[in-house]
Amino acid sequence: MRQFLLASFLLLMLTAGCAGPTLPVSTGHVDTGVDPETWVRIPAGPFALGQFNDPGVIGTDFEIMVTPVTVAQYARYLNDALAAGTARIEGNQVVGPYKGDVFHGHKHEERIDPGDYVQIPLDAPELRLVRNGNAFAALPSYENHPMTMVSWFGARAYCEAIGGRLPMQVEWEKAARGEDSRPFPWGDTLNRNVANYYNSSDIFEKAFGKAGDTTPVGFYNGRSYDGYVTLDNASPYGVYDMAGNVWQWTADITEGMHYRFLRGGSKADYGYMLRIWTRNNAGPAYYSPNIGFRCVR
Amino acid sequence: MRDIRDRFTFLFTSTKGLILVGIASISLVTALFGFLSGPMEEFGVRDFMIRTFGISLVPAEREGRIIMLYHAIAMAVVAIETYVITSLVKMRREHQATINSTITFGFLLSMIFGLIFAYFGHNYVFHGLFITGQAIVFFAGVMLAWVLWPWRAGYRIDDADKARTRGGVDLERVAFFVMAVAMLGSAIFGAVPGSMFGNGFRTFLAEDVVRDPVKTPMQLAIIGHLHIMLALIAVALSLIIGRSFDFRGRLHKIAMPLMIAGTLIITLGVWMVVPFERIAHVIINVGSFPVLIASLLLVYFGWRQTANARLAARGLARPSFGQRVVALLGDPLRFGTLWQMVYMNVVVTALGIFMAIRLDEVVRQWPHREERVALTGHWHVLSGIIATIILLYYADLAGLKGRARQVFGWVVIVASDLAFGAVALFETKRLYVSESAQQSLVDMAILLTDIGLATVLATLGIFLGWRLIDLFKRNGRWRQELAARPTSSEQEVLK
Repeated sequence: MRQFLLASFLLLMLTAGCAGPTLPVSTGHVDTGVDPETWVRIPAGPFALGQFNDPGVIGTDFEIMVTPVTVAQYARYLNDALAAGTARIEGNQVVGPYKGDVFHGHKHEERIDPGDYVQIPLDAPELRLVRNGNAFAALPSYENHPMTMVSWFGARAYCEAIGGRLPMQVEWEKAARGEDSRPFPWGDTLNRNVANYYNSSDIFEKAFGKAGDTTPVGFYNGRSYDGYVTLDNASPYGVYDMAGNVWQWTADITEGMHYRFLRGGSKADYGYMLRIWTRNNAGPAYYSPNIGFRCVR
Repeated sequence: MRDIRDRFTFLFTSTKGLILVGIASISLVTALFGFLSGPMEEFGVRDFMIRTFGISLVPAEREGRIIMLYHAIAMAVVAIETYVITSLVKMRREHQATINSTITFGFLLSMIFGLIFAYFGHNYVFHGLFITGQAIVFFAGVMLAWVLWPWRAGYRIDDADKARTRGGVDLERVAFFVMAVAMLGSAIFGAVPGSMFGNGFRTFLAEDVVRDPVKTPMQLAIIGHLHIMLALIAVALSLIIGRSFDFRGRLHKIAMPLMIAGTLIITLGVWMVVPFERIAHVIINVGSFPVLIASLLLVYFGWRQTANARLAARGLARPSFGQRVVALLGDPLRFGTLWQMVYMNVVVTALGIFMAIRLDEVVRQWPHREERVALTGHWHVLSGIIATIILLYYADLAGLKGRARQVFGWVVIVASDLAFGAVALFETKRLYVSESAQQSLVDMAILLTDIGLATVLATLGIFLGWRLIDLFKRNGRWRQELAARPTSSEQEVLK
């Protein structure tokens, strides 16, 4: 009996371990009514920073994208950048130049020297792009989903290409929180139909399982989609998806560490990770189906 | 009235009764607060609990709540270990009674008011009582250390089979004493920064700052504190289990100096993490090695003793290897307490060493959240294994016999190891699957973890139910245990 149990357990482990990657199969194009080309102004001034409401301040006004960068937007950038030669295809990657970081020699710190670095992988099944030579397009029905599988280098390059930059963490946080001490961009309480997070029971989870899929940007805006009623998750400034769906790269480079910070939580995280002050980080060359970005200018 | 008084006397003055109170307290807390997370959250039980009990879960206070919950449980675990130590190690009866009653009052005060404060709204009187409870537990620890002082003339031994100095100082007692003093020092090591972070409610979880290139001395102290306290709880448990097996002979003489040296080196290494972080890890690793060897010597001794006792009972003078194994497995409670130590080396120590060795090449290539999962899984498994060892030990102490002994022992071992193995798989999942391919593995690992833990909790619930029903019997087992005070080991207590 014990041997049978052990063998069954090992078989289950093996089966699970051999499961292929989930290919991007969308439930079809969903129009959320939120235009990803929109930017919103965040005013300079003080605000409550972090978990303990420390005094934070933004020196000058800035604008931030209302939603994360979409797959369609990124495809457009790739086509332009490859044509202009500011990015190139090398093997199974799109790479582009980066000026490098100052190396401080801290424990665990890795060198980021000047050179070309990966922006997106081309051989990853999770990529939502269709390639035809040097021309890219969004995978059908994923046009308005957030761009994922993009490294910090790729996110930064996109923002610079459109005349912007990645947000600093402090900017990201003010855009998400406004001037009060709310824990979530929309207020004090996390409900299942206000953001895309792990086991939040959205319609994409019903199609793909607990980890679900990304939702189109601006999906949670109070609209109803075939009977699935969402709550509006816009921040006080009207910025969508600042909690859940995809982690978002930020610009900060911290002395002594090569990691870049990610904010907002993702579809693969439990609800408590969606609290505004929660941080994640990864190496700048890391990409994932749960990581996207937005820009400021 | 007298019957009620007798039951309270049993529960709050006898070693077995006190351990029962401790285990029941932890079980209640685990059951109640387990409803607020994990699968219970997914099933909607969490929301029901919040509404029913008026629980206040302010998002910004999550870390503080968790830390208070950890401390509430940890105080009870330390109390349980103290009850066992005061019953196993030679000391005056009045010292035993004073230490036990003090630590019981402290841990209950800390647990009750800490949890009320953390989960039911902030009344600062409750917070004060939480701290007071911890201070009382600390004071009980000071008394224990004083009582354990091994160089007192009456505590010297002449048993040639026990590790001792030429002057007769009992090295096992020295090991208990060193552990107790190290734990007191390490409690202060955590209490000082804890006061700073706790008083301002600026709590943090160590796993959240693990990648910060510069950590403040206070943060380092907190990280050191949580590591050393768990390590010392494990050291104390190893010594207790050794005592329960009457660990002696050549292996004992090797193991005790190793245990003493290892405990001292690990503790000093952890304390040095504040001024000398870079070399502290090396010192800790050096100290861990002798403790590990000492524990494995105990395992060898204990298993051999268990097998030999059963073989002798069956009259087998020249048993085969298979017969030895069958004899060893014939007593799951005695086998299990030591097996769980071995299993700990697989799912905690080996995994930890792998992650430490491949930190930069593997673990630090993952996002921080993945590393965080590995870290929390790592120490949750360690805590869980410690809990199962205590359960198996207590079931043995409580005199579980026959089929109940077999069923309880094997269910706890198999179910918990299934859960811990699944957690180990979950925490290292990035080694085997990508983020987009992980869901089936995640679902199965969580399912197996839930099945394993639920089975252990259900078994524990039945066991505690049995003891509860027994308490309602006029002449139940509790009365026999009360009448049997002191236990055989307590007869060593000085007059």
